[in-house]
Amino acid sequence: MGRYILRRLLIAIPTIIVISFVVYAILALAPTDPLSAFGADPRVPPEVRANIRHQLGLDDPWPVRYVKWVSSLAEGDFGISFMSHSSVMDLIKQRLPNTLAVVGVAYVIGVLLAIPIGMISAVRRYSVFDHVATTFAFVGFSVPTFFTGILLIIVFAINLRWFPFIYDSTLVIDDVPSFLQQVKQSIMPITVLALFDTATIARYTRAEMLEHLPLDYVRTARSKGLKEQVVVLRHVLRNSLIPVVTLVALGVPTVFGGAIVTEQIFRVPGIGELLVTAIGNGDTPVVTAILLIFAVLVVLFNLIADVMYAVLDPRIKYA
Amino acid sequence: MRWRSALAVSFSAVILAAACAQSGTTTTSAAPAATSAAPSGPTALFKRGDGGQLNILYWQAPTILNPHQATGTKDSDASRLVIEPLASWGPDAKPVANGLAATIPTVANGGVSADFKTVTWTLKPGLKWSDGTPVTADDVVFTFQQIADPATASTTNDNTVGAKIAAKDASTVVVTYDSPNPNFYQWGVGTCCGILQKAQFAAFAGAKFKDAPGNLKPIGTGPYTVTDFKPGDVVTYAANPNFRDPNKPFFKTVQFKGGGDAESSARAVFQTGAVDYAWNLQVAANILQPMIASSTTGKMLSVYGSSVERILLNFADPNAAGDARGEPTTKHPFFNGPDGLTVRKALAMATDRSTVAKQLYGDGLTGKPGCNIITGVPDFESTATTSFCSTFDPVAAGKLLDDAGWKLGSDNVRAKGGIKLKILYQTTVNAVRQATQAIMKTNWEKAGFSVELKSVPAATFFTNTSPDGANHFWSDVEMFTNNSDPDPTSYLNGWTTAQIAQKSNNWQTGNYNRYSDPTFDGLIDQLRKETDPAKRADLIKKANDNLILNVVIIPIVTRTQVTSGISKTIKGDTPTGWDSEMYNIQDWYK
Repeated sequence: MGRYILRRLLIAIPTIIVISFVVYAILALAPTDPLSAFGADPRVPPEVRANIRHQLGLDDPWPVRYVKWVSSLAEGDFGISFMSHSSVMDLIKQRLPNTLAVVGVAYVIGVLLAIPIGMISAVRRYSVFDHVATTFAFVGFSVPTFFTGILLIIVFAINLRWFPFIYDSTLVIDDVPSFLQQVKQSIMPITVLALFDTATIARYTRAEMLEHLPLDYVRTARSKGLKEQVVVLRHVLRNSLIPVVTLVALGVPTVFGGAIVTEQIFRVPGIGELLVTAIGNGDTPVVTAILLIFAVLVVLFNLIADVMYAVLDPRIKYA
Repeated sequence: MRWRSALAVSFSAVILAAACAQSGTTTTSAAPAATSAAPSGPTALFKRGDGGQLNILYWQAPTILNPHQATGTKDSDASRLVIEPLASWGPDAKPVANGLAATIPTVANGGVSADFKTVTWTLKPGLKWSDGTPVTADDVVFTFQQIADPATASTTNDNTVGAKIAAKDASTVVVTYDSPNPNFYQWGVGTCCGILQKAQFAAFAGAKFKDAPGNLKPIGTGPYTVTDFKPGDVVTYAANPNFRDPNKPFFKTVQFKGGGDAESSARAVFQTGAVDYAWNLQVAANILQPMIASSTTGKMLSVYGSSVERILLNFADPNAAGDARGEPTTKHPFFNGPDGLTVRKALAMATDRSTVAKQLYGDGLTGKPGCNIITGVPDFESTATTSFCSTFDPVAAGKLLDDAGWKLGSDNVRAKGGIKLKILYQTTVNAVRQATQAIMKTNWEKAGFSVELKSVPAATFFTNTSPDGANHFWSDVEMFTNNSDPDPTSYLNGWTTAQIAQKSNNWQTGNYNRYSDPTFDGLIDQLRKETDPAKRADLIKKANDNLILNVVIIPIVTRTQVTSGISKTIKGDTPTGWDSEMYNIQDWYK
């Protein structure tokens, strides 16, 4: 097992290098320009623009810049943002807590709700519960988050005035009222995202469970006289979870990536919002750093999913 | 020239409704409570820190708080609470001494030399930085030198061009211009010229300027100090304990939040009242107007500066062969021939500015019909152009052309001597501009022109390097917005013969029209030398009339410089169209 993990990690290195190159190349060749914010502003004449370009290190051809970037990356330096002149790592550190507090919590809630819902829906197929859950699931993944987001804002923030719709990242949670304040300001974005996550994972769990329920080993378990509860939880659920685990594990990196649309709507200063603004501003160091971390996480969680298989199913062995 | 509105034209939808036709410079519904400075001392309206938190919302988030490294209005505005210039541009386009300078230097008080070459600024006595150390002339000189140094790549560098600075004593600086400068407030006033603390930035001169920690947490003289800054998200400020006015500022803390979009910003100020100030609400008028009308919490600030959306007519031939294309050596086939003025006049007569203002700019919400290129300063506002530009009559325009021998062909396009009135009309990609183009095309075609529309992404349009750009102007007419300093000398200079944009100067000069008129050049020559205010105003109006009546440019709408929402409870804000929206935040109170 240890050797397997090591081998996988070694294989990951060239993958990451290729990804970093592709990401850098695409950004270098894209028509965005960090200086485009100045537009036609005659107060920023061509000489000043040339100086700024030089200062940002944009004079060199992009392959040279790529090599420079990789070598500083090897020392753990992600570079400096073109826009704020501050360390990219600092920006990510500032944004990550917000993303985890909203997108992360929504994901956890989504998973925790989805597995029992999917399971009950499968066991009590065509019951009222199943119908209601299925309807919600379809609504959840068919309606785009920008729509549910704005809908919630209009109903709960503007008409009912229950919740604020401008996320306050300066809130310090140190007592019960401030915790309630945090709940109030994050409940809408969490609902939007959790609805989507729950819907997707619940449908998956339900389908897998339904596939396993009529199988022979389930009949054997029942005929052994095991209680229905044990049959469902120990046998069916465990076997059905294998593909669900892949889905859940591969979803974790997307939590890091933030929720671009939802963060924008609710003004949650998360990673997704940072990424979108950085792309718009041509802030290459920020974009490459986020995408690279994202790529590393995807590779890593793929591995974790594979390891989880072995835990869930003793028949799977890695040598 | 200030051009921030050229970028801020990112309206997202075609504006439909129309109401509240307003005129005048400031069209806020409530009368300003205080003038340039609320009284202080024993009669003060408030004491420092009386108020709680002031919430400001910008839909673009500040990323840096050094105004000289700013990449947009969001940055210069967020820094203005902390970093102040010597003086600010007030609502009447005149400087107000609400910054570091004790008084505004003028020719009358001897602060400006009679030849407009030297300007002497004296600092207010006893000024302190927020860390308690004294502000000296050294700080001012240091700031100027930093900005002027090309190695710092300061975005405010242009204001230092042709100027030098020296400290006369600990509280006096003298700005000297290489040649007589009618715009003698070029350096020192407004967003260009925030004064940095030498002690904080001295170790970061030249190329290291961009790495200064002070860029994210500057020490300033302003009413507030930065307590926390998350770039791209939010700035929090606290009242500056060392601010020069012991009663100001009113608010204990300020939160300057960025991000989101203009429409939900409008909701936050007009519907939920979650914020006290929401910046640049460029939202479709049919959505915005009902929100404003039914709001119990907020009101709209629509303030005009000098921004004019205008159409430029090309005097050179954009279709000339090879290297001669668009060069001043060529002549436009119908705008610059013997019939040039007639054809240009016909085009102007067929221009429907009131429909554009009504349908696309909400009739006073974000713009009003405009007749002049020099606008916003009452002394310089010409009335000689009014009757000319209030004529909108495509049929009469057609007749004018008919009489001059431009006959309608079978294709409904007028022609004379084998030359057809075919126009290529370029502008930037922008919903409002494309809607404007469509309105123009309909009316111009009624007069017998044939109009082809072209739109170019703003990043390509506003460059001197692109053949599709405004500077090359390889089309017959083009449209964009520009604006002027309060003193329009250098702005008007952009239509003189010497400033013609062409290949030899890499299209870096301002006369994109390639207009060349000895009378106009003469007016500007006189304007550069004239020091008498009344005579200057007269010359400026004459120059304006020359451009309008000769139809070098067709102004369409005068656009708002400030288009923000403010809480009805906030008092003391007297918005200006010439400086940062935060220029007098020290006077705001509830």
